[in-house]
Amino acid sequence: MSGPSSMRTPLARVRSLGASHSGTSDFWRQRLTAAAMVLLIVPVIVVVIMLLGRNQAGAAQILGSLPIAIILLLFIVASTWHMKIGMQVVIEDYVHHEKLKLASIMANNFFCFAVATASIYAILKLSSGV
Amino acid sequence: MVEFALPKNSRISGGKTWPKPAGATETREFRVYRWNPDDGKNPSVDTYYVDVHDCGPMVLDGLIWIKNHIDPTLTFRRSCREGVCGSCAMNIDGQNTLACTKSMHDVASGGAVKINPLPHQPVVKDLVPDLTNFYAQYASIEPWLKTTTPTPQKEWRQSHEDREKLDGLYECILCACCSTSCPSYWWNSDRFLGPAALLQATRWVTDSRDEATGERLDNLEDPFRLYRCHTIMNCAKACPKGLNPSEAIAELKFKLVERQV
Repeated sequence: MSGPSSMRTPLARVRSLGASHSGTSDFWRQRLTAAAMVLLIVPVIVVVIMLLGRNQAGAAQILGSLPIAIILLLFIVASTWHMKIGMQVVIEDYVHHEKLKLASIMANNFFCFAVATASIYAILKLSSGV
Repeated sequence: MVEFALPKNSRISGGKTWPKPAGATETREFRVYRWNPDDGKNPSVDTYYVDVHDCGPMVLDGLIWIKNHIDPTLTFRRSCREGVCGSCAMNIDGQNTLACTKSMHDVASGGAVKINPLPHQPVVKDLVPDLTNFYAQYASIEPWLKTTTPTPQKEWRQSHEDREKLDGLYECILCACCSTSCPSYWWNSDRFLGPAALLQATRWVTDSRDEATGERLDNLEDPFRLYRCHTIMNCAKACPKGLNPSEAIAELKFKLVERQV
């Protein structure tokens, strides 16, 4: 970005590189995942309460139920996706150094994907009783 | 990173307290931000006492009284003095508003009237902000009727219902109270268009006579130009005309989702 001391006209600075024609998908997905979490949060809390105090075998027995496993998997997908978009918005708001911003967004993607993958693997492992 | 603290040369140091006007039976204290680009000093806050019986009721009346009777160097913009031109937008008692429509009596009773320039804009002098970027952002949304159909001989026709859709949008006077109250605009005013320009964009996207709706939406669809708005609503709280830029921006987002999903 050129600073205020640049000799570019104010309009050229505002137009800059132009509109990226993106952002609506993330905006929509953030709302979609939020709505999904509203629907899923009560069943997820119930499942967590059911899991309290149980050992691995007990947990595997509960997660062996297909609807329960699906509820947890959907919740993990919705929440990690929501987390990824939300954190990216915060980074875009506050991190202005372009390279640091790219690195932060990359790290955010890796972290959210890792959390999602690990959680999905754990649910699948317990629910399949392996 | 975003700059949360004021840069060193913008930190406010102690200012001058001007004597109370002789013979005044009742005065109101004004604490006004002062900065002169020519003296090389940091900004300060000067204290003035306005004779309320010799002065109109509005904050702008107080400022004009100070300029006429105490300190002719005090610099601020003003023109219509009736909330139409938007020139005298400033931060009064922590709220962006128009000095001409803000009554001194509505400022925390008995306390000092604290006046600062609109926040987070470069200052030209005293209460005058540099709104070059703000106006360029307004120009960038191309605020005029765009059509391909040959201009009709008489006029572009519009139904009463479609005209009503522009209510709450066309009244904006571009005073910049909303944009300069928006934290997203503070952090990203180089890329985020801000509530005022986006409200105006909505005004033209909504206009039934305009034939460039899709092109306008194309130019707004951007994570920074539009989607820095997080519906904080400071804009709606600040608007001295009672408009709701936040709602207008939500309308833009809805239209973008509508054409995509």
